[in-house]
Amino acid sequence: MELRVRALETVLSEKGYVDPAALDAIVQAYETRIGPHNGASVVAKAWADPAFKRALLEDATKAVGTLGHVSRVGDHLVAVENTPERHNMVVCTLCSCYPWEMLGLPPVWYKAAPYRSRAVKDPRGVLTDFGVSLPKETEIRVWDSTAETRFLVLPMRPKGTDGWSEEKLAELVTRDSMIGTGFPKTPGVPS
Amino acid sequence: MNGVHDMGGMDGFGKVEVEPNEPMFHTRWESRVLAMVRAMGAAGAFNIDTSRFYRESLPPHVYLASSYYKKWLLGLEDMLIAKGFVGKDEVAKGHASAPAKALKRGKFTAADVERIMVRGKFGRDAQAPAKFKAGDRVRARNIHPATHTRLPRYVRGHVGVIERDHGVQVFPDSAANEAGENPQWLYTVVFDGAELWGPDSDPTVKVSVDAFEPYLEKA
Repeated sequence: MELRVRALETVLSEKGYVDPAALDAIVQAYETRIGPHNGASVVAKAWADPAFKRALLEDATKAVGTLGHVSRVGDHLVAVENTPERHNMVVCTLCSCYPWEMLGLPPVWYKAAPYRSRAVKDPRGVLTDFGVSLPKETEIRVWDSTAETRFLVLPMRPKGTDGWSEEKLAELVTRDSMIGTGFPKTPGVPS
Repeated sequence: MNGVHDMGGMDGFGKVEVEPNEPMFHTRWESRVLAMVRAMGAAGAFNIDTSRFYRESLPPHVYLASSYYKKWLLGLEDMLIAKGFVGKDEVAKGHASAPAKALKRGKFTAADVERIMVRGKFGRDAQAPAKFKAGDRVRARNIHPATHTRLPRYVRGHVGVIERDHGVQVFPDSAANEAGENPQWLYTVVFDGAELWGPDSDPTVKVSVDAFEPYLEKA
């Protein structure tokens, strides 16, 4: 594969379509600028600031746009709130749509057949694969990202975190808790 | 198209396997493929819907047996050859031997990188009033386009409820064929698990898709 990829890159470069240094810069930008820390800071702020949480659930694109450090999310972000009655889970059955700006590039499992095929039909079974179990009466809402809307799950704030700063709260927010295939870390429990 | 990429509800793929401490890229070539797709798209060689269509159009056995970035590479090669940006012989040899074709937005350089780190905007002005509103019952139409569509098979023919209205957005079914943006109203439509998967399904499950207006009819 390495050779085949290099062959195509050479052709694109020789034909003057792309500057190889620009490709380096793209890779570097992805490696350094996006990742679940962006989403975690949004979730932590929503936990700490009720007005921001309301704004986030009302219009996530606009709300996130007010935060300087993670403002470049483009359009069409929707935040969905987990409650004791309802658990949200996000999938893209058709390909791999995922909120890159919030969570980084998606993990292999998110893009692979087992998750994409089963998440909409047997979400509880899928959660079991992640070691996650929910009360049997909890509604599970699966969001299939079939258009350019991107979904961010707002997980429930862990107990025992009263008075915590946003920075400290953000450390509890895992990538999977923002996809809906996991929970935030529990304070005091080693992960 | 009714391809293997449309996986919702299929059985037999096994358990979800999570890789602990997964790196962003497993090999260097994966990162180069990502960068080439982003760069050539930004330079105007193709739009995002066309690139999805080329990946979906890989032969089913190739699609299922290829890693994610391998699918991206194969789709990219096919697309650039089909659109005349590179020759099959050039790809095979790894050297350019024919003149370049003009790119809509010109050569992709380092100055363009910032632009692609901001997600594109797909919202457009409405050409007509919305046919549906939140709370309306709708049926996902029983349609089977042979080209690109974003209406997954598992909802076709089923009745759901409009939950959100996302305004008017670029219609992938048109854009993928380079037939223009043809913007359409987009809605989140939510279905009961039993409506999709039958009476034996988990009664606590609800599934939504984002569906463009042409995918829907009044129920």
